[in-house]
Amino acid sequence: MSATFSAQDPRALAEAPPMLSLRGVTKSFGAVEVLRDVDLDVRYGRVTALVGDNGAGKSTVIKAIAGIYTFDGGDYRFEGEPVNVTNPKQANAMGIEVVYQDLALCDNLDIVDNLFLGREITSNGLLDDETMEKRARETLASLSVRTVSSVRQKVASLSGGQRQTVAIARSVLWNSKLVILDEPTAALGVAQTEQVLKLVRQLADNGLAVILISHNMNDVLAVADDIAVLYLGRLATQIDAKSVSHAEIVQLITSGRLDVDSARATTTISTGERSGSESTDQGAI
Amino acid sequence: MSTVTGRDLPGLADAPDKRATTALSDYLAKVRGGDVGALPAVLGLIVLALVFTGLRSDTFPTTFNFANLINQGAGVIVIAMGLVFVLLLGEIDLSAGFTAGTAGAVLGVAVTNHGMPWWIGVIVCLASGALIGLVIGLLVARLGIPSFVVTLALFLALQGVLLQIIGEGGQISISNPTLLAVMNSNLALWQGWVLYVLVVVGFGAVSYRRMAKRRAKGLHAERFSVWGFKFCTLVVLLGIVTFLLSRERSVNVEATSIMGVPMVVPVLILLLVGLTILLNRTAFGRHVYAVGGNAEAARRAGINVANIRLICFIICSTMAAVAGILIGSRDNGVTPNTGGNQTLLYAVGAAVIGGTSLFGGKGRPVDAIVGGLVVAIIANGMALLNQPAGVVYVVTGLVLLVAASVDALSRRRAAATGRF
Ligand SMILES: Nc1ncnc2c1ncn2[C@@H]1O[C@H](COP(=O)(O)OP(=O)(O)OP(=O)(O)O)[C@@H](O)[C@H]1O
Ligand SMILES: [Mg+2]
Repeated sequence: MSATFSAQDPRALAEAPPMLSLRGVTKSFGAVEVLRDVDLDVRYGRVTALVGDNGAGKSTVIKAIAGIYTFDGGDYRFEGEPVNVTNPKQANAMGIEVVYQDLALCDNLDIVDNLFLGREITSNGLLDDETMEKRARETLASLSVRTVSSVRQKVASLSGGQRQTVAIARSVLWNSKLVILDEPTAALGVAQTEQVLKLVRQLADNGLAVILISHNMNDVLAVADDIAVLYLGRLATQIDAKSVSHAEIVQLITSGRLDVDSARATTTISTGERSGSESTDQGAI
Repeated sequence: MSTVTGRDLPGLADAPDKRATTALSDYLAKVRGGDVGALPAVLGLIVLALVFTGLRSDTFPTTFNFANLINQGAGVIVIAMGLVFVLLLGEIDLSAGFTAGTAGAVLGVAVTNHGMPWWIGVIVCLASGALIGLVIGLLVARLGIPSFVVTLALFLALQGVLLQIIGEGGQISISNPTLLAVMNSNLALWQGWVLYVLVVVGFGAVSYRRMAKRRAKGLHAERFSVWGFKFCTLVVLLGIVTFLLSRERSVNVEATSIMGVPMVVPVLILLLVGLTILLNRTAFGRHVYAVGGNAEAARRAGINVANIRLICFIICSTMAAVAGILIGSRDNGVTPNTGGNQTLLYAVGAAVIGGTSLFGGKGRPVDAIVGGLVVAIIANGMALLNQPAGVVYVVTGLVLLVAASVDALSRRRAAATGRF
């Protein structure tokens, strides 16, 4: 998270060509068509929230962006160049970092080992554990992590929030350009949620592009600049976060359309808001 | 937050220097939390040694028997060292025993039947082991067949190969003096003491440098007194061992004199150090643990999981080939039964008794040595008690079950307390 990006005019950032853009991408698992014709633009210095109901295809989109899967068809451009990302290492090399919904940590390794997994620092072919530990401590300190008693603790012994912190710290250890977070606050308490959201905002303010997946509309409205709504594997819309209300996003998520009248009608109801995990009850659609 | 500050936060700062008593209570907490390491095996070693000493005080606690024990255990220990790599992945290699036999037969054919120099024989032998590992690895890592099935098939197939090479009831004798020396000769007394000094100073220097380096970087480091205690323990223990092995242990001193550290000991030390560095100090080793702990996480971290699997199976089979050389040297030849019978079970038992988990993600090469010595003591002591083979098998089987139970229980305990 070194300050690679100087403070830039937010308007210039918003109008600059997107750092990542998807056009008409598709993805199927066997006969199941999970993504149909999805368009997405992600810009430097902005948090792009990716929302949608359970099974809408959010995780699939980001896994394909990060090279875990590959898109079956469509156009994937990174910094204006068409790219074909086929493995996670390639995505890492391009500057893409992902914090997964199902935390990809190894329980039998400690915090430092997990932070540097796959990109260990070596000298003369041997692991440089001291340098890695020092950098790990510095990074955690810079994120104001106070809850971890030792960076040599096995990850198995950490709480959900601590594990999430480790996962996020992992993405900022490197000079990344795009950080993707899949429901980073789903398992967190109030204080840690706030901490993580602050961190997400900070990443974007430093000039990074951020994709945030969340079911919690309060979180989304708190940090997002753009909101992209997926509905049954299709992109319903991508809009500026300032131009939509809580109720309108909910309607987009549940019906894939924005019917002006009913949106206004639901405004009153939806003040009893959907909080993160409760969104599952919309699964009937 | 854009710049990394070096400041230590209260909760994050490990005390850079812990009191010796804290180190002890930390260790006890670790054990209570299910992270028992080699502790059960070491305790087992002591108890077994005391029991057999009590039962056969005339023959068991002799230096002759002690040296004999090391030679008896060497083959199993080396196979177990290789098995640690596949066990770390949560896989198994049931064919390792017959891989040892087959590679040993290849060595015999090369050196005895074709008159090649011993070192070419060794290369061919190791290559045949690596080839077997490559085949297993490809079938498991690329085709995705469970290793249990692949190696069970190879267990049978290699037995057949061994039989074909040697012939029913046959034997390939090994008479090359260099090869025989590995298991049948001892270091000169001075060489034994040089080895002792090398090991002790090497351990001391490496661990001291590590401690100093950590302290210099302001990281939590072992307290000097704790390091000193460990170092002195090693100096005394290995000193006693070297002293005992340096005494005359021939039953008939007029006929022959037997003394000195067995030649196989430096071989075992070399393998132990090499494999430990590979697992603990290289990125490859770290990736092996990662794949064993969470293969999906490893894959997402950009680790080539299939390659790691492949290499681990190759290492395992190559180590089995090394064991094949040792067993061939000890038995002065190879028969269709070399590496058969209880060899594999003893090797798996050695690794598990030493503290390597059958569930993957946890284990060290040194486990193979500690566990291998436990297995060797049981076999050796029971033989001195003139117990029939049947009883020895039953007892060893029970010990393996106990070790597996300790593994499973400590794992459950670890899951409950959040330690791995
Ligand atoms: N590997 C796979 N094989 C087959 N189907 C899959 C696979 N991964 C996802 N799917 C299906 O694709 C659809 C989209 O899944 P995805 O995980 O992308 O949804 P999501 O939007 O992330 O949902 P959630 O909010 O629950 O995380 C689901 O119907 C899911 O069952
Ligand atoms: Mg998801």
